[in-house]
Amino acid sequence: MENRLRRKLAMFALLFGMGAGAQAQSLAITIELPRLNVAEYHNPYVAVWLEDESRTATQIAVWYDVAMRNNEGEKWLKDLRQWWRRGGRVLDVPVDGITSATYGPGEHAVQVAIAESDLAELAPGKYRLRIEAAREVGGRELVEIPLSWPLEKSNLPLSATGKKELGGIQVALLP
Amino acid sequence: MKHTVIAKTLLAGLMVAGVAMQAQAHRAWILPSSTVLSGDAPYVTFDAAVSNTIFFPDYVALGLDSVTATAPDGAKVQLQNSAKGKYRSTFDIQLKGEGTYKVGLASSGLRAFWKDEQGKRHMWPGRGQQADDAGFASAVPKNAKELRVTQSSRRIETFVTLGAPSDAVLKPEGIGLELVPVTHPNDLYAGERANFKLMIDGEPARQAEVSFIPAGSRYRNSQDEIKVQADDAGLFSVTWPSAGQYFMEAEYQDDKARAPATMRRGSYAATFEVLPL
Repeated sequence: MENRLRRKLAMFALLFGMGAGAQAQSLAITIELPRLNVAEYHNPYVAVWLEDESRTATQIAVWYDVAMRNNEGEKWLKDLRQWWRRGGRVLDVPVDGITSATYGPGEHAVQVAIAESDLAELAPGKYRLRIEAAREVGGRELVEIPLSWPLEKSNLPLSATGKKELGGIQVALLP
Repeated sequence: MKHTVIAKTLLAGLMVAGVAMQAQAHRAWILPSSTVLSGDAPYVTFDAAVSNTIFFPDYVALGLDSVTATAPDGAKVQLQNSAKGKYRSTFDIQLKGEGTYKVGLASSGLRAFWKDEQGKRHMWPGRGQQADDAGFASAVPKNAKELRVTQSSRRIETFVTLGAPSDAVLKPEGIGLELVPVTHPNDLYAGERANFKLMIDGEPARQAEVSFIPAGSRYRNSQDEIKVQADDAGLFSVTWPSAGQYFMEAEYQDDKARAPATMRRGSYAATFEVLPL
């Protein structure tokens, strides 16, 4: 009885301790994929990454056809032209926590627990969040959101909107 | 028919007169279907032709006998499904490993032009022929008049990359006129500046004349040629006006030739794909 209580208290203390610091935060990026009126719709390939002033990239998310036979889905990764250049071509996909299957029209959330990811290593400074989408027999669009790292809560949420292949994009911190 | 005969005579005449071949002459090129690739062992298909317009096959197919493909590790890659049509040759290669591949042909050798006692013009090697430099002594008569011997080299190439670009195939061989990319040839984007270096027999090709022609010459009223001259280090740069395929040709000549040649001349042609930002 006593041991269990002690363990519970210890857990609470740990959780409380973590919650109080910046480490508990997650970067939350909401990406809207517009519903398009086309005869042949394929879920777009999408890449999300941060670039510093020297164009060094930190990968956040890549949505592509992960489940195709013989990794055929990888054939079209290079159509995410800027992403391909900024880290995509040296990335050995799939990558846990970064790559996933594609999504269709709607709002989708990308959440990264900062402390447990490469974002924890980011030096403070100016960055660009870049979101690139390429759709089979469709178009390609790149949206950028300039930001400072660490994110200043008073500036959040940051937002931008694409014109065709991407809809509204928001950047926030959780909690 | 007549037009071709006249053109050929004119060409021969120009060569004897030592006029450098400028953009009006036929351009030989090898054009890949893609230059930036991702995925597992993709294929790339190539068109190879000698033509007037860029990049429309309108004259004669390029012979594939001397075309080679070099993998990032230096190994030769087999050309597959080769076919030579009337105006265009095609072939495929499979990119089994990551890195940059070079595809092209290169040749070099002596060329001699002279007149015999009757004043008739001669040329060795004969038109469209290749010959060994060792054959020079026996092919050219001792009493040849107006003898001009040139050490001539020619290179036509293109580059494709699977995954991350690599450098091994870009290293110069030290023979003839060669391009040493400073900017990687498969990392070209519209609006950006690319830097290149030309070398002749392993040394800077000083003041070499370079020209770039964007694809689609049929759909506009001028060549829209971008002319650049290499500096004394053989360096030159170009800022790509728009995305698309570009034909590049470079010419170099000087008199630093190995005997019996008195003139050294190199020509280089390449195709580059410039992607939109």
